[in-house]
Amino acid sequence: MAEMGASVSVASPLVIGVGNADRGDDGVGLTVARRLMIRRPHGVRVVEHAGESMSLLDCLSSAESAYVVDACMAGGPPGTISRFDVAAAALPHVAFGCSTHGMGLAYAVELARALGRLPRRCVVYAIDGRRFEIGAALSPEVVTAAERVADLIRSELQCASPISQ
Amino acid sequence: MGRRAIKVDALARVEGEGAFHVAVRNGAVQRAEFRIYEPPRFFEALLRGRAYTDAPDITARICGICPVAYQMSAVQAMEDALGVVVPRPLRELRRLLYCGEWIESHTLHVYLLHAPDFLGFEGAIDMARAHPDLVQRGLALKKTGNELMALLGGREIHPINVRVGGFYKTPRRRDFASIIESLKRARDAAVETVRWVAGFDFPDCKRDYEFVALRPEDEYPFNAGRIASNKGLDIAPRDYDEHFAEEHVARSTALHAHIRGRGAYLVGPLARYALNFDKLSPLVRSAAFEAGLGPACNNPYRSIIVRSIEILFACDEALRLIDNYQEPEEPAVAVMPHAGIGYACTEAPRGMLYHRYELDDDGTILTARIVPPTSQNQASIEADLATCITGWLDLPDETLRHRCEQTVRNYDPCISCATHFLRVEVDRG
Repeated sequence: MAEMGASVSVASPLVIGVGNADRGDDGVGLTVARRLMIRRPHGVRVVEHAGESMSLLDCLSSAESAYVVDACMAGGPPGTISRFDVAAAALPHVAFGCSTHGMGLAYAVELARALGRLPRRCVVYAIDGRRFEIGAALSPEVVTAAERVADLIRSELQCASPISQ
Repeated sequence: MGRRAIKVDALARVEGEGAFHVAVRNGAVQRAEFRIYEPPRFFEALLRGRAYTDAPDITARICGICPVAYQMSAVQAMEDALGVVVPRPLRELRRLLYCGEWIESHTLHVYLLHAPDFLGFEGAIDMARAHPDLVQRGLALKKTGNELMALLGGREIHPINVRVGGFYKTPRRRDFASIIESLKRARDAAVETVRWVAGFDFPDCKRDYEFVALRPEDEYPFNAGRIASNKGLDIAPRDYDEHFAEEHVARSTALHAHIRGRGAYLVGPLARYALNFDKLSPLVRSAAFEAGLGPACNNPYRSIIVRSIEILFACDEALRLIDNYQEPEEPAVAVMPHAGIGYACTEAPRGMLYHRYELDDDGTILTARIVPPTSQNQASIEADLATCITGWLDLPDETLRHRCEQTVRNYDPCISCATHFLRVEVDRG
């Protein structure tokens, strides 16, 4: 897990890019995180994460405001961007994998919610991928979407009102 | 009893993906088959032609939950082939790394995968809503195991600090300062865990297992000892192939193992405990007695207690090892490659893990053989299903289906290691 901005406080907004850079479009979350690291918004922590649910749970628990980016296969064209306010509701139509191998972001979010550890503001950006083969590059549509999501998160961070105590 | 068919497409809360099928005819179990249908992963073929030094990091990738076990068996088999003796401080450090893996792996299973079976929850998320403090305790305990692995292994999953001959880097004594308090809290949490699980309701079931585990002379087993059983087996790890055989069965992409001339056997916490009870520390033995365990446990459903006992042991042992830690002069001993064959067994959280490697003159791997614990337990899982279900055939389908899943989960099966989703099917004709 790579992190920038560790010196900022727990109250600082957290951006978590989830994915595997060696599996094509699955790496889009990491790409968004890296784009945000280049011109990291003041006071924001940015984390690259492999997606292991228990570690993700700890990561989420460390913030009052979190933005998570992950690849998905929601059936839309590659590069389709979906935004979910998971502080308000669970990720829709999520089929948790049955085995521990299915314990990913959705599992971490729901376990955090059950334990009262979900950030009060928690937004998930999911980007539809097309290819997930070992060693594949990001699809061009997904690269474009990554740039767009980085901009969207910057905008949200600028416009977001402080979390009320 | 009429003809009934019960089918479940996915067994949850296991590591990896597979299925089982129980056929019931005229009120009796006709056959019970544990199926692993994932494609084989071909790690042994992947190792051929690679340097002996690559084995620990390649085999660690077999499992994200027990990578240390693969690293330990790999390096020790290589050291056996190359005549390398690792000094005691390095050996103790490996034992400490193994403690971290047992804590994180066992705790994951006890709290998130298995306890919901006994408390009537669909899974850990439901359990967390009802009992957040319990789940928080489990997560904190697991985190301590992960921290220990990160400290010694360089990172929590797929550690990168283990090498043939020792480690790449060894810690200073002061590096343990912060984890000692965590481990003390973890040990207290482990005591509470044993008391908690001991209060569950357990199905009445007793099986006459042949327990197989490493049995060292003077310690609870991690990475040393002869292979022993409660039915007379007592052999060196290099004699494994002489006494154990693997065969392909059509229903599984993981080879089934058996003891030549005898059949199914059981590896894992129940076996280790039964064969090494006397090696546990007084604190751990006392917790076991308080939990209602004797020196052996033959009820597979009570394995959650034994697994919790091993969490307690691992916390206690980790503190002892840290207290006695002497900084090694060098992180590793010199290794000179040459031709040879090496064998090693170590105790993965789910049971004994056997590695055998044949090397050529420059240490290139010619052949590799890896026998994971879940692969060895397949026949025993099937026997448990056939035996235990017989007494429960009057149960409603849904209850019976759940009991079957629980029976498989007693083993904390790592299907991915054995070859990954478990499909469950009970066919009543």
